[in-house]
Amino acid sequence: MYTQGLVSIEGAGGAEEERFQARVDAEERIEPNDRMPEAYRRTLLRQISQHAHSEIVGMLPEGNWITRAPSLKRKAALLAKVQDEGGHGLYLYAAAETLGSSREEMVDALLEGRAKYSSIFNYPTRTWADIGAIGWLVDGAAIMNQIPLCRCSYGPYARAMIRICREESFHQRQGYEIMLTLCRGTEAQKAMAQDALDRWWWPCLMMFGPPDGESQHSDASARWKIKRFSNDGLRQKFIDATVPQAHYLGLAVPDPELRFDEASGHWHSGPIDWEEFRRVLAGGGVCNRDRLEARRRAHEEGAWVREAALAYAARQRRVAA
Amino acid sequence: MSEERTPLWEVFIRARQGLAHRHVGSVHAADATLALQAARDVYTRRGEGLSIWVVPSAAITASDPADRDELFEPTASKIYRHPTFYDIPDDVGHM
Repeated sequence: MYTQGLVSIEGAGGAEEERFQARVDAEERIEPNDRMPEAYRRTLLRQISQHAHSEIVGMLPEGNWITRAPSLKRKAALLAKVQDEGGHGLYLYAAAETLGSSREEMVDALLEGRAKYSSIFNYPTRTWADIGAIGWLVDGAAIMNQIPLCRCSYGPYARAMIRICREESFHQRQGYEIMLTLCRGTEAQKAMAQDALDRWWWPCLMMFGPPDGESQHSDASARWKIKRFSNDGLRQKFIDATVPQAHYLGLAVPDPELRFDEASGHWHSGPIDWEEFRRVLAGGGVCNRDRLEARRRAHEEGAWVREAALAYAARQRRVAA
Repeated sequence: MSEERTPLWEVFIRARQGLAHRHVGSVHAADATLALQAARDVYTRRGEGLSIWVVPSAAITASDPADRDELFEPTASKIYRHPTFYDIPDDVGHM
């Protein structure tokens, strides 16, 4: 219903764009049927739908370990976490739909490979420690990215993010607790935790996106108060928060250049391999094909359920009429 | 891959007895029963509510944001609708 009478102010002249910018500058929230620049709508639609796809695809690497969780407690927690990710995807799809796209269009775009999702989910979960590392690092990085989005200028996105952030702090804590348990266990378990950190550290730093200056969408997003902190700024915040947590676990961060800079109070880190980032984003990661294949299969195998539900609803309406 | 679209429902939840149902989001579902089930799964995973309403989105008529000034601005000048507009001596006591 939100999409009825969607108004864009493309071509309406500079004055209207200025009025829109003034509202954003005054920290006024933009709501679904408000007039908005077409580029603002498109930017948000792309970002929110990619975010939704990431939540949905993000269920796959962890779902891989539900049946093999080492205890009932871990299994219940992992199930709840994966169910949350599904819920988060749905909140975000709903927010994106208020911008004039349909759920079906967005799902099709993902399944046909036209839409992107976070490249972190194209890495495999080889051991149980990866579930710990994902909760601690991947969810930790996601929270760092998402907290500023709770104040995004677009109301429905901000509201979805508030809900998501509230639910996600359990994700990070359960991940860190898994790492802590492994690190206090046998030598082999601690080695497994170290191996997971070695594999996830750099991809997690890449989650904050390309360095400032190379990011395509940052300027307009900052002006429209969709994005409130730079990629590099958030990345540094994540490093500063996470390095001491790794040390507490007794693990080594896999960065030979890592050192604490007394003057600035920040951890200085080595260069990121952006070639790897671009390769994985372009489809060259270990799991890109598997992830999309799994989503396509789930969609196709669920088609009869959707059809049956719609047919049943149509018959009930006929009977009632 | 195009298929028939599954209808959209708006979800309202009463957080606890004594509070009104409040809009929390939306779900897609073929009918009201499925919409209630989906709303329960999506919006009440942590004890957020005791009662759920689902309403077909298409059944909601909304005011147009463009009419906002026309509809809501006139009340700004009607300050006599507020109790503080009236002067009552302190001696009268609380009123």
